[in-house]
Amino acid sequence: MSIKVLYFASLKEVFGHGEERLKTDGLNTVGKVWRQVSKGHDISQQVLFSVNQEYAEASSLVKDGDEVAFFPPVTGG
Amino acid sequence: MIKITGNAFDPWKELATFQCEMNRDGEFGACANFIGTMRDINEGDSVNGMFLEHYPGMTEKHLAKIVDEAKAKWDVLETLVIHRVGKLLPHDPIVLVAVWSAHRKDAFEASRFIMEDLKSKAPFWKKESIGATEKQAGKTRWVAKNTGGY
Repeated sequence: MSIKVLYFASLKEVFGHGEERLKTDGLNTVGKVWRQVSKGHDISQQVLFSVNQEYAEASSLVKDGDEVAFFPPVTGG
Repeated sequence: MIKITGNAFDPWKELATFQCEMNRDGEFGACANFIGTMRDINEGDSVNGMFLEHYPGMTEKHLAKIVDEAKAKWDVLETLVIHRVGKLLPHDPIVLVAVWSAHRKDAFEASRFIMEDLKSKAPFWKKESIGATEKQAGKTRWVAKNTGGY
């Protein structure tokens, strides 16, 4: 099982890239995916989640082929 | 109509053109609009430029959802939302939200609702370029949080 993972704004800078594919065997929620990808990074700021371009919670389920994104609080307008 | 644009836009011209082309003269009695413009100072620092990042796809979807919610809550005839992305300079318009309705209550409340939801949930991020002083030259920072609107 694999998913597309996107990072935006300051998180893109922290990770050094804006997109990656991730094998998600055993990672069936957004929170578990986040714990996996953020391992080893010092991220103190609030992080928001989305799945397939809709806001999601840490407990939201992730399935094969999903697009999961992580980003800081939004500041548009 | 919802537009995300990487080019500078004139909100007054956009308003006039859209209102003419929507061709609903006589139906609307109210048009409420909000225009957000880039300032040259933030948190006590001079700001000489800004980069506006967005999440292509989710941003458009989220804005469409906000507009649909507004149309479900109020009697709205037409809406126009334009948001700039990419490199901006101070004084550049950032956002335009306009709502046409028969009466002012619906126009005021729906435009406020769209604007506040856009500010708090639409996936855009601002990175400021700071510096009028030599010490600050070349320094950039992500804007951490939008101010509350209510």
